[in-house]
Amino acid sequence: MSFRPDHELHRRRWSRNLGLGAVLAAFVAVIFALTIVKVSRQDDQGNPPGQSQATAPQAVLPQAGQASPSTGGQP
Amino acid sequence: MSDYTVMDQPQDAGFGDYVQLLKPRVMSLVVFTAMVGLLVAPGHVHPFVGFISILFIALGGGASGALNMWYDADIDAVMRRTRSRPIPSGRVASGEALGFGLALSGISCLMLGLAANWFAAAFLAFTIFFYVVVYTIWLKRLTPQNIVIGGAAGAFPPMIGWAVATGGVSVESVLMFTLIFMWTPPHFWALALFMKDDYSKAGVPMLTVTHGRAATRTHILVYTILLAPFALALAASAVGGPVTLAAAVVLNAGFIWGAFRLWRRPEAQAEADGYKAEKALFKFSLAYLFLHFTALLVDAALRGAGFMTWWQGA
Repeated sequence: MSFRPDHELHRRRWSRNLGLGAVLAAFVAVIFALTIVKVSRQDDQGNPPGQSQATAPQAVLPQAGQASPSTGGQP
Repeated sequence: MSDYTVMDQPQDAGFGDYVQLLKPRVMSLVVFTAMVGLLVAPGHVHPFVGFISILFIALGGGASGALNMWYDADIDAVMRRTRSRPIPSGRVASGEALGFGLALSGISCLMLGLAANWFAAAFLAFTIFFYVVVYTIWLKRLTPQNIVIGGAAGAFPPMIGWAVATGGVSVESVLMFTLIFMWTPPHFWALALFMKDDYSKAGVPMLTVTHGRAATRTHILVYTILLAPFALALAASAVGGPVTLAAAVVLNAGFIWGAFRLWRRPEAQAEADGYKAEKALFKFSLAYLFLHFTALLVDAALRGAGFMTWWQGA
């Protein structure tokens, strides 16, 4: 049994699929690396660099051990 | 029953055909000017975040190129310079290019927002909209001033780079915009002078067709003269410096001189020597922009190294 040589169509499809696979892998790598960079630059409160606790957006829901904003201090 | 062979079907595109849709040569200008805008801006950007931001600004620019090729496939098929592009040559289907351009636009803006900030992402989205809708769909076939207004799309990247670093705009970023904005018309009209057959065949209202070639030469000269004060203002700004000022003086003198030579040349002489001066001015215009932005980088490096304390921006 012999295999017919590839048609030019197969060659183009192969290059397209290979290129697309490489792009998808690179996209995954970019997202992963960006996440590492962003997370590693956060401070202990999870704020990005240049934003302090005072200027960070305040939580709407009560956090553990804190009062709800609407109950006047009652947890 | 008729024979239906592979040759009768639209060809399957290879990976390189999709890359060609992005207009890689235009992308290189977008990459460079956006990178300079980011590097000369105040504030610190993490190198990887900066790299990713420039990557997605470039891909956004490429996406707008793909959408331009989708809409202009009919014109591209007629013009010698463009008939080998992926859509007119049958390698990529029109609908594929549309989907590719739209998807890449969305991904680029989303990723720029996640990597940098949402102002820069919105700016990129606006740039893509401006190039595709305002220039390609509306102005290109409507008015000979198409390249003047539509050139704004190519002038936005340094402002987007600046926005990545600062989250906003400034006088300096607007000056970088105006440098490219005023440079675009003489750059493209010089090209139109030696690509004369194509635009008239395609029915695109280029200035050479609607107002004639002598008027085009006059317009080139006027725009190069008007460009000079903006280049000098950029050199005198907080992102400029002595290197940018020297480059601005030399390059603008050269550009104006080249445009003056073009203005004086009779059309018969230009045709006889194969539009040598027109081609030379076009090549010079590429060097003009590249060297201006390189000078900005050099001044930024000198500032960073502490050599520029004596230079006060205007």
